[in-house]
Amino acid sequence: MDDTPIFQCNGVGKAFFGVKALDNVDIELRRGRVLGLIGENGAGKSTLMNVIGGFFPQDSGEMFLDGKPYRPEGTLAATKAGIGFIHQELNLFPNLAIAENMFIDDFPKRGPLIDRREMARRTTGVLKALGMDFPPWLKVERLMPGERQMVEIARVLASDARIIIFDEPTTSLTAKETEKLFVLIGQLKEEGRAIVYISHILGDVEKLCDDLVILRDGGITAAGRCGEFCVERMVASMIGRDIGSIYPPKTNKPGGEVALSVKNLSQSGIVSNISLDLKKGEILGIFGLMGSGRTELMRMIFGVDDYESGAVTVDRVPIRRSNPRDAIDKGMAFVTENRRDEGFLQSYPIVDNIGLVYMRDFIHPLTRLVDRKRVAGESVRIAGELKIKYASVDRQAVKSLSGGNQQKVALGKWLVKRPKALILDEPTRGIDVGAKYEVYNIINDLAAGGSGVMVVSSELGELMGIADRIVAMNRGEIIQVFARGEFDEEAIMRAAFRIHEDGMRIGSAS
Amino acid sequence: MNKLKLFLLNNAAFIIFIVIFVIFGLLSPRFLAYKSLEIIIVNATFIGVIAVGMTFVLLTGGIDLSVGSTMYFSAAVLGYLVNDLGISIWLGMLVCLLVGLLIGALNALMITRIGMVPFIATLISMILARGAGMFITRSVPMDYPESLTTLDAINVFGVIPMPILLFALVVLAASVFLRDTQTGRQLYAIGNDPEGGRRAGLDTRRLTAMTYMICGTCSALGGIVSIAQLGRVNASFGVGNEFDAIAAAVLGGASLFGGIGTVFPGTLLGAVMIQMIQSGLVFTRIDLYLQPIIMAAIIFLAVLVDSIRSSFIKKLQRRNITRQGDAAAGDENADG
Repeated sequence: MDDTPIFQCNGVGKAFFGVKALDNVDIELRRGRVLGLIGENGAGKSTLMNVIGGFFPQDSGEMFLDGKPYRPEGTLAATKAGIGFIHQELNLFPNLAIAENMFIDDFPKRGPLIDRREMARRTTGVLKALGMDFPPWLKVERLMPGERQMVEIARVLASDARIIIFDEPTTSLTAKETEKLFVLIGQLKEEGRAIVYISHILGDVEKLCDDLVILRDGGITAAGRCGEFCVERMVASMIGRDIGSIYPPKTNKPGGEVALSVKNLSQSGIVSNISLDLKKGEILGIFGLMGSGRTELMRMIFGVDDYESGAVTVDRVPIRRSNPRDAIDKGMAFVTENRRDEGFLQSYPIVDNIGLVYMRDFIHPLTRLVDRKRVAGESVRIAGELKIKYASVDRQAVKSLSGGNQQKVALGKWLVKRPKALILDEPTRGIDVGAKYEVYNIINDLAAGGSGVMVVSSELGELMGIADRIVAMNRGEIIQVFARGEFDEEAIMRAAFRIHEDGMRIGSAS
Repeated sequence: MNKLKLFLLNNAAFIIFIVIFVIFGLLSPRFLAYKSLEIIIVNATFIGVIAVGMTFVLLTGGIDLSVGSTMYFSAAVLGYLVNDLGISIWLGMLVCLLVGLLIGALNALMITRIGMVPFIATLISMILARGAGMFITRSVPMDYPESLTTLDAINVFGVIPMPILLFALVVLAASVFLRDTQTGRQLYAIGNDPEGGRRAGLDTRRLTAMTYMICGTCSALGGIVSIAQLGRVNASFGVGNEFDAIAAAVLGGASLFGGIGTVFPGTLLGAVMIQMIQSGLVFTRIDLYLQPIIMAAIIFLAVLVDSIRSSFIKKLQRRNITRQGDAAAGDENADG
């Protein structure tokens, strides 16, 4: 195989407001090879890919495509040069049809009008290659998140990109869809395309990639053939130190008293007859596949969504249905899985986010106005406690923090008061190893301090690492509850898949 | 059952249209005469043309408050050109349209280059254009030559009234543009998610700017239609018409949040509906002072049905986890 690099970047650097996001980075891409790019959030992976994808130019260094200097004027120029970018955040327009999304920047045309027949033909072709048989004129809003991700991938394939960048492509995919994607990446390799694969799931990187580049603080800390790296070495290079273990030692002790109790909660079509008790000082893991109803259940408990029957109590005090304010007043807290949209106010600084939930408690007794000084003081305290890395608590927008730090802000707003029962939905999704460890620590400390903590996760290993009990859910029902002494990966998985009833069924319902 | 409900809700605009039509017809049989229907459509033309332009702006999630003032200013320029300078009405009308385009361009400049919020930017040009029109006319009412005011009465091919033909052409051109051209489809995309549009390499600034220029031009055109019908323009010409245009587009299904709406059948129906209600109220001789209240009630009803429709569709699309067979595929974001 041709071994000259199709793409090179030499000494690329980029700074934002004087902070170096990329420093003297060299990478090479070759035809038919997959380059894994890993690093903690904020290490510079996205910045590097955005430079290559034409979102903004680099400050220093140069790039070469096919040996010729490459300096894209914008994203369209990068696309035209043959660089396809599959974003972590979906970049589709739900109000348009699949076929329209496929060609949104360059429609097939007949004269001045778009050529619908040609669009349908090409869309159907690409979708088929991906094993999907949606009608091309189906609106994207009708698709599931995983299916949308596949459409996003289909779009890049339709553009005949020679270099394809996958940025965390599997976060919204089911197991089966992920498998399909990996087969597809194999095919793309064989067609001689160069691939960049960015992921936090190191097992996938190990399995999929030929070469590896590890970034930390904007610079490359290690690079080489993927085979030379084991997961431990990847992690060590990413965080710059050895981590003793992935999970902090457990110091919490579940008490006898119940922090949060759910009795016979039902909502037709979503969950049926759910009862569970969360003890004070306990970490309760909720495990289920996507679509098991776990997120829906948490939303009902907290009162974001309504339910038909059942009762929720916190510390024996009943919580009013469908009334988050009541839940909060009675000591419940909820960090949603949808951090970006529901977790915090993106464009506001830490102070405004920390003050958000318990605003009433910051009202000055005399003036009846919000005491911003006290909020700021409290923000500094919480930011310090949670080890949030920030430049300014009252001037820096939260969206400019890295993913892990954003999550800590989303969590931190609940820590102004110690919540009696805290629900965390996917608290470590999309954040890096180092930040994960810190989040586990926070969870552990909260439970050790007497709060009941309920953690929903699709990573079973994580729950087994931190939880005292694990509840396995399937299709809106609790199948089985496992105590820490009897954690068994296979048994929990079987319960979550309800294997004794249905046989092995993973994957898409489409 | 659900299917029937969905069908009814999806065609709400059309059904309300028919219901209103039938009610007025029953109350006043004269309302159903061919001639009165023709008058309704002719009268709907001027708001309709402006509402078509407004639809473009609404699609991008913007709003244009300056359309009424644009009508007035461009009409004032037209009056000055043909009355004071003796320029032919055809050249005058062309300049009049250019004036509309320019005000649209000014809006576009403020919104896409300076980054002002559409509401404020177009509020500024609303005041500016009204002021400029008053400055030219000294707020003295203007009359226009007969060659212009009789255009309204021409029947093309002897049967189609000129305004209806014009309205039809505008609706046809706009809906083909929105539905069948790349630029049109991209407008829907950036209206749904401007940041996503930018990421996808779309020129959101150019696309957004274009909608205001189209809207400005449509306003001037609507102004000309209105001049031809009224024959006279005073200082309050066009006042409040921005809200009629927005109401027509929204009645036709356009969303103020952007990304949703059609010119055909949407805005066309909306514009005709508004005019139909106004004429119907006159035909049925309902108390003059009750009419605005009834108008408000009907618009409220139409928008209410639309919001019921959206939440109903959301409910239908919510996945059934417990009963449906294989639910292993994830949809936990569906309610997020």
